[in-house]
This record gives sequence, C-alpha cells and structure tokens, in this order.
Amino acid sequence: MTFNRNTRVAAVVAFLAIVFVVVPAAISASGRFDLYYTLTSVALLSIASAGVWLTFYIGRINIGQGAYALTGGYVSAILVMNHGWSFWPTLPVAGLFCAAASVLIGLPILRLRGVYFAMVTLVLTEVARLLALALPITNGAKGIVSIPLPGALSVFGITLIPDFATLQNSRLAFYLLAVTLMVVCFAIMYRLVNSRIGKLCQSLQQNEELASSIGVNIAYLRVIAYAVSSFFGGVSGAIFAAISQSIYPSSFTVTDSVNFMLNCFLGGLGYVFGPMLGTLVLYFGWDLLFQTGQFQLLIYSGLMIVLMLVLPNGLLSLAETTRKKG
Amino acid sequence: MAEMLEVSGITKRFGGLVAVNNVSFSVREKEILSVIGPNGAGKSTLFKLISSFLRPTTGEVRLKGERISGLAPHIAARKGVVRTFQETTIFKNMSVRDNVIIAHHLRSKASLFGFFLGTGTAKADEAAFGQSADDILALLGLSSLAHEIARNLPHGHLRALGIAIGLATNPSILLLDEPFAGMNHDETMRMVEMVRRLRERGLTILLVEHDMPAVMKISDRLVVLNFGQKIAEGTPSEIQANDKVIEAYLGSEDEAIGL
Repeated sequence: MTFNRNTRVAAVVAFLAIVFVVVPAAISASGRFDLYYTLTSVALLSIASAGVWLTFYIGRINIGQGAYALTGGYVSAILVMNHGWSFWPTLPVAGLFCAAASVLIGLPILRLRGVYFAMVTLVLTEVARLLALALPITNGAKGIVSIPLPGALSVFGITLIPDFATLQNSRLAFYLLAVTLMVVCFAIMYRLVNSRIGKLCQSLQQNEELASSIGVNIAYLRVIAYAVSSFFGGVSGAIFAAISQSIYPSSFTVTDSVNFMLNCFLGGLGYVFGPMLGTLVLYFGWDLLFQTGQFQLLIYSGLMIVLMLVLPNGLLSLAETTRKKG
Repeated sequence: MAEMLEVSGITKRFGGLVAVNNVSFSVREKEILSVIGPNGAGKSTLFKLISSFLRPTTGEVRLKGERISGLAPHIAARKGVVRTFQETTIFKNMSVRDNVIIAHHLRSKASLFGFFLGTGTAKADEAAFGQSADDILALLGLSSLAHEIARNLPHGHLRALGIAIGLATNPSILLLDEPFAGMNHDETMRMVEMVRRLRERGLTILLVEHDMPAVMKISDRLVVLNFGQKIAEGTPSEIQANDKVIEAYLGSEDEAIGL
C-alpha cells in the first residue's frame, strides 16, 4: 500500500474519531444500545483474527485460534475466581500463558506445512475443548460462571479505569476497552508488517529454503510469529470471558476457529487491516441474514464462495484496483 | 594459496543407496572449482552436503579450518557458505530490490525487537542494505529491473537475481547450483562473464554444472564424480585428457566434454 504520510495520518485520525466519538454518539442518539455488544464482539474477534492473519503471513493456515481464545478465557476466569486476582493483570497473563503454550506446541507442529499444519491446528481447538471438559480446575461442562465485572484499575492512587460494576453503562465501558485494544493490536501488527520483520515473514511465506540459505533462522521466526498470534487470541478470549461473565468449554469451538480464518480470507491476506474489515462484514452479514430464517446458513456460505471466487485477494483488494485505475 | 573449503571423506547414504561415497577435495581461496559428472553421479547431493542442507553420514566439511557440516543451513550461511538454487528459487512476490535487501539479513546488527521499534541501528542497517543492494544490482546488470516484481523477470535475469541474493549475504564461498542450466549460448557467455567478475571481487566459487563448454572455459580446476565417487581432479586440460573421465562420459559425443 502506498499512501503518503499525510493521507495515512488523516486516515488514522478519521478512524479513531469514528470508533471513539462517532459510533458512541450515534448509538446514544439512536438508543440502539445493543449495538455496543455487537461492536465489542467485532473488535475482540478482529483481535483474534489478526493473530490468525499473522500466521497466514508466514505461510501457515491456522485453524486453531479458538484453542487459544478458550485458554485465555479460562486463565483469566480461574485467576479471578480461584485466586482473587483483579481482572486487569489477568489480561496480559492470559496472553502470555497462551504465547508460552503456543511456543511449546508450535516448536514441533510449525515444521508442518500446508494442509498438514491446518489439520493439526483444527484438532487443537477440539483438544482445548476436551481439556476444558476434563480438567478439574475448569469445572467441566458447567464452566465457570458469575465472574465479577472488571474492578477499578489504579496506578499510584490515580484511577485510570473505574470499577465496571459501578458504571451505569458497562456496555460502553466494554466497547471502549475492546476498541482500544483493537487499535493497539492493529498498530502493533502494522508496525510488525511494515518493519523488516514483515519482510522476513514474507520471505518465509514465499520460500523457506531460500530464507534459510540467506541466514534467516526460520524455526525461530515461525515460533515468534505464532506466539504473537496466540497472545492476541488469549487476550481476546480473556475479555470475552469478562463480558459474558462466564466461560464454558463450548465458548470457543471449531466453528469459531474457522470463522477467524474466514475473517482473514474475506478481508484480504495481503492487508494488515484485512481481518478487521473481514470480521466486521462477516459478523454483520451473518446477523443481517438472520431474517432469512432457515436459509441463513445456505445464503451465507453461498455468498462466501462467490466472494472468494470473485475476490480471491479479499475485500481490500477492491481499494487497490480502484487506486491503480484512478 | 590458502585453502578455503575442505571436504574430507564425505559419504551420504540414503537407506541402501550410497549417493556420495568417500569424496575428498578442497577449494582454494579465490578459485573457481567445478564439480561435474554424468546424471545421477551425486553432484546435487554433494552440493547439499556442503551447504549443510543435508547432514553427511560420515566425513566432514571445513570452512577455513572450522567444521560446518551438520550445522543448520542458516548457521552455515552465517559462517560464510552460501548456496544459490538450481530452480529459479526467489522470493516471487517481492520486488527485485527487496529480494536483495532481505538477503542482507545476516549483516544486520539490530535485533528483531530493534526492527520493531525502529531504533537507530535498525535504520542505519536499512540504509546500508539499500545502498549495498543497489551496488549488487548494478554489478549484475539488474539495476533497470530493481522495482519489477521478481516473478515477472525473464529466465536469465532470474538466475542473476539468485546470484544477487547469494552475494548480498557476503559469503566467503558461493556455491552455484547449475548456473548455466537452460540457457542459450549468449546467456551462458554473459553468465560466465558474471561469475568471473565475482571472482575478481575476491569471492571463492564452487559450482555444480552440466554445461561442459562453459565449465571448461570458466574453471580453474574440476572435480569429476561418477556413481558417487570422485574419479578425477585437475585443470580443464588435465580432465579432458583423463581416460576415466572419457570413459564415464562414453556414449556421449566428444563435444560434450569440450573436445
């Protein structure tokens, strides 16, 4: 993408204004407060999808993000419920726990390529669900419920974030939290991809043998990318647990893992912001099709197939072609 | 002349098949040495053994006295043994210049985290790599194609790009895998010129090749393999007069060995 600096700054400012000012204003004017929940979900799912996108960027099809989202949710819930932690420190800890787990899992499985890696990650989601059912600490099928809302976060006596339970509108608070994290996540992703690391990831995607012949430690780089990916999955899962105040083995399933992947496909695998757009369109698309009743899934999957045939490089490739023509 | 690379008693078995059998030779500094042999003689296996893409069953490879066989390919590259590829192996979807820039990875002083933060070291690296990439592209006659996407390059230029990628790593010894394969006469002559220019810049070159006339023209010395064994070693004129070599190539025209 070849924006010049000014257009880039303008785009970022416009985006921030929309998500932090325009959307809340529009929602409070229209009274559709339920949209907060929808948009919060979109923001969180797009964080998890961004992780999946990063694994695509090193040339691996990742259908296992649900496993890390589920793990992140449980880590946060268990720390809050069993160990009396405040929600806030559990957020990075959930992410780091998932990153550490993904290093251990990734070291052997990242050697696999193509459909083999995809199959193993698919199974990973199922393994995570079965583990959540079986382990004593996760409380089996009953899950962990009645998780308190996030408390206040203060640093040196200054309250940065108020106690969510005391707020009139905890939906808005969750929305702002999710959107802030989404902005941070995509800022990190943008920086990663546009620094030399992005080029190194591309070199892995395009030819691992050649990459190692020019001295790139491909095993190390793969694991790092996968760990960052899983970190995002864990963080997003932890917030989901906090919003719904519960977590069950079925909170994230294979369907979610597949959706994370579809979000990336739809938005565009070549574009950092692809997963964000893809999540938004898919989530709202699915909701809009709700009115079609029993045909919802049929129309939805039909549209997906058509979109992938017509726009193999994702929705954002539309912007690219119009710019070239113009 | 000092010895740059030393291959001693190297053997590679794949199950019952002995692909390379107890081969020893050495490459001197600033020398162009070619490994030749009929199809299936074990050239490619030997090449992979030297570049550490394969681990030898027995024997070892030493670079300036330091053992490099058995290391991971990226470590061997860091030590100074860098290979090019037989196929047109490049980063297809990057520009030509980016292909060469990324190949400077070994020379970077900044860490991954440094790249992420955009530290001064990382920026200095970027600037230096860009400059060096432009120099390499100029040397190999690719300057005008710098911003072309690599997959769009014609065949001959792709091979040159492969060499540019190898050069960017600043190797002690560059291993060229069939640099003349599939080229017409003019392209071959241009490539011969290019390889000579690399040597003039102080590079040691080992190449594996089929194209006899080109090899005879370019090499200081040759090593001939047949059925995994070394059957001869010497200057082009010695090799052309060697009975064993002629026998190995029997059935092919004299022209094939450059007579």
